[in-house]
Amino acid sequence: MKGWMGKTKALLLFTMLSLFLTACGKENLTALVPKGYGAESSMNLIILTTLIMVGVFVVVMIIYVIALVRFRRKKGQEDFIPKQVEGNHTLETVWTIIPIVLVLIMGVPTVIATFDLADTSNASENINIEVTGNQYWWHFNYDGEEIVTSQDLYIPTGERVYLNMQSSDVIHSFWVPSISGKMDVSPENVNTMYIEAFEEGVYWGKCAELCGPSHSLMDFKVIAVSPEEYDQWLSDMQAVDPEQEPQDTVAQEGKELFEANNCMACHAIGSSPAATGPNLTNFGDRTTIAGILEPTKENLIDWIMDPESIKPGNKMTGAYPSVSEEEANSIAEYLLQLKPSEITPESAGN
Amino acid sequence: MSNAATQKRAFSAVLWDYLTTVDHKKVGILYLMGGGFFFLLGGLEALIIRIQLIKPENDFITAGLYNEMITMHGTTMIFLAATPLLFGLMNYIMPLQIGARDVAFPFLNALGFWLFFSGGILLNCSWFLGGAPDAGWTAYAPLSIQSPGHGTDFYVMGLQLSGAGTLMSGINFLVTIVAMRAPGMTYMRMPLFTWTTFVTSVLTLFAFPALTVGLFLLMFDRMFGSAFFDVALGGNSVIWQHLFWIFGHPEVYILILPVFGVFSEVLPTFSKKRLFGYSAMVFATFLIAFLGFMVWAHHMFTVGLGPVANSIFAVATMAIAVPTGIKIFNWLFTMWGGSIVINSAMLWALAFIPSFTIGGMTGVMLGSNVADYQYHDSYFVVAHFHYVIVGGVVFGLFAACHYWWPKMFGRILHEGMGKLAFWTFFIGFHLTFFIQHFLGLMGMPRRYWVFLENQGLDTGNLISTIGAFFMTIGTIVFLINIVYTAVKGEKAPADPWDARTLEWTIPSPPPFYNFKQMPLVRGLDPLWIEKTEGNGKMTPAEPLDEIHMPNGSILPLIMTAGFFIASFGFIYQTDHKAWLIALYAGMAIAIGCMVIRSLKDDLGFHISKEELEREAD
Repeated sequence: MKGWMGKTKALLLFTMLSLFLTACGKENLTALVPKGYGAESSMNLIILTTLIMVGVFVVVMIIYVIALVRFRRKKGQEDFIPKQVEGNHTLETVWTIIPIVLVLIMGVPTVIATFDLADTSNASENINIEVTGNQYWWHFNYDGEEIVTSQDLYIPTGERVYLNMQSSDVIHSFWVPSISGKMDVSPENVNTMYIEAFEEGVYWGKCAELCGPSHSLMDFKVIAVSPEEYDQWLSDMQAVDPEQEPQDTVAQEGKELFEANNCMACHAIGSSPAATGPNLTNFGDRTTIAGILEPTKENLIDWIMDPESIKPGNKMTGAYPSVSEEEANSIAEYLLQLKPSEITPESAGN
Repeated sequence: MSNAATQKRAFSAVLWDYLTTVDHKKVGILYLMGGGFFFLLGGLEALIIRIQLIKPENDFITAGLYNEMITMHGTTMIFLAATPLLFGLMNYIMPLQIGARDVAFPFLNALGFWLFFSGGILLNCSWFLGGAPDAGWTAYAPLSIQSPGHGTDFYVMGLQLSGAGTLMSGINFLVTIVAMRAPGMTYMRMPLFTWTTFVTSVLTLFAFPALTVGLFLLMFDRMFGSAFFDVALGGNSVIWQHLFWIFGHPEVYILILPVFGVFSEVLPTFSKKRLFGYSAMVFATFLIAFLGFMVWAHHMFTVGLGPVANSIFAVATMAIAVPTGIKIFNWLFTMWGGSIVINSAMLWALAFIPSFTIGGMTGVMLGSNVADYQYHDSYFVVAHFHYVIVGGVVFGLFAACHYWWPKMFGRILHEGMGKLAFWTFFIGFHLTFFIQHFLGLMGMPRRYWVFLENQGLDTGNLISTIGAFFMTIGTIVFLINIVYTAVKGEKAPADPWDARTLEWTIPSPPPFYNFKQMPLVRGLDPLWIEKTEGNGKMTPAEPLDEIHMPNGSILPLIMTAGFFIASFGFIYQTDHKAWLIALYAGMAIAIGCMVIRSLKDDLGFHISKEELEREAD
């Protein structure tokens, strides 16, 4: 009997635990398992407000259920006329004062956290990165480092990184749920926020403001590596020689095609700050192709040959002469060999 | 043969009657039919959205069409379904509740309806003319300015037309309540539904002009080369967000306050008890309306307005929980000690309390702006506003339909089908939207055409879609119920629910002049007072005499047609200047109608005393 009980209990516990874990969503995407400073601030308030609100809900439901059960009309009560109560001043006062107190309990920490997260007074002493939102990709320019990347944002753990964000077209919103809440990236002015990742990892980022047909495909990654690895990455990236020739002939051909088709008009390799198209300096280390596809050669060939079928409304479609599959293969080979650094998403435990 | 001919004549006569009517009851029914039609359309769009999201990386519809779907779903449900359905109820019921024979400006009332309806039709014409608007129902610039084709132009003109109609109705209701109450119907004796109509009309009066201004600026940017929202030319797109939400947040209360009124009628009636804390309820309504204008920027917490603005709007937002809490507790204590009957109308009201409380709770949680940095533009927000608008407004509309159907159409909706519709819709609603709170926090932003595989979002989305099908079934059962009731439904007496307010003192459906003699109101819940302290009948406040009634008119319809034609002129003159002809011709028709209306005396007609005496009591 007892063994059976114990087993049931263990099973129950296990089910609850797995339910809880799946209910929290995918690690490094969900806001429910915060792994950064902003996400943690938000989570604290989410927990506080949820607890208070669930408390209110329970009180409402208790009164509701008792009223329904006790005062539901029973057989033979058809002619019963209840006492016509006008109201009750004491009760009215109680349910006015208590919510005011609850609002204060939630309001004060909210205001404190608001000013904390908006505090950018130390920005100049920290890493600053210019973030540009574009339909439908992200551009990252590391201030003072002569490093430009796109889609994958490398940051060191345990350090505040200030993002100065602006859009080149419509409004986007920068959201990495596990690390931080979101902030809009608008064409109007520069919005500054800071992010800080507590532990290494590859975190999913999303665009959270409707920006056109491929709004849902504007994913990016934040790759948090240890400060040492970050320094290594910086020096590797700074050492890139854009003119370096690939080793094998296919990639060599790819590089020629890349130049012949004028891909460089939009796609810089090296530290050019222009943000016409995604910078491809470390393309071979990217976690994805076009932000959403597995980084395989087949996917890259598909993307080069027909980007419209993958990201509707993207700006690359029709911007270059059509290429044959063989040509696309060579370009893909070349691009996937662009691996300037030993620090890759794997370094962050991907 | 001859029979068929009379029937045909009768049909065209009815049609003509409705096209020219200025009777608030018929205008109300037109609103309900128009709003109902758009509700089904918006529901269909919702279903398509949910089917697209049934599995990861689905390709049921294209990305472009998906954005059109979400834009039209939101726009349709807010402007063309919820608002007109509520305005229909207010139109029909409010004058009856205050003992009036019509609204203050019957002609304007009809014009308001036709403008709303033509605006809705205009907006939906876009589906067939190159594509619907696709920048979201919020139409944020610069996306809405860059949106290709004419979709957003239809959005601008359609909303401008229907918005003008709504604004007119708001003014009309205000004047009606101020000026046309029956003898003895003081402000603090008005039923709560009339009170909420009053406050809603005040909100409409102040909120819609902000939308009108925003739409005009957008219209000039898109059609006449101005650059109010164009950053490159020195404009500012955040202005649109401010204008939109200065309108948009009060709009939420324009929707929810009337149904607060509905529940404040339904709960006392079926608890057989007067509304607990009447004056607190009235006060809370005003407080919600006032605070409703102070919180718009909580829709913009992530815009980067700075910590001071964010903090102020956060605390103001949370403060709305106080008057809303007052309302919830007063409803609970209305039930407390009562004799509660549970029928279809009451079921919707009872389901409203927990459902809306959840919506209100998440509202407070969203008010904490630091938490909102995570919730904002995620499925958490989608869940929140559907709990408020479906769990509040739609539940309220269903409750109101069951409650007032006998009054409006003389027949009682079928109880069995009513309950079946309730349970399927109620379960479907929670299945669809509860899980979305978690989807949002698990990292699913709203307005996503697809979600990728392996992101832990599959199960939640599947459940949500299953729920949507349950809601569809519930809606279909309700439609069948309407048809069944029209054919075979139980005939309703004047007061089928043993209710408390003035509309139940006259026959179901009411005669076109409503009250043969103005009733004398002796207190709150006048019918209940007469039932418990008098002979159950209202004492007339005037001797039986001729009644002055307004004439019907086709002018509102023609005037609206003029605006409708002119709208096409506005939209297409950017392609070809020949369309300016449509613009001028349409405006000429509309202004011509105004001139005729102003110059031609229409003194209405009188119902003679003899005719009234002939009518049986």
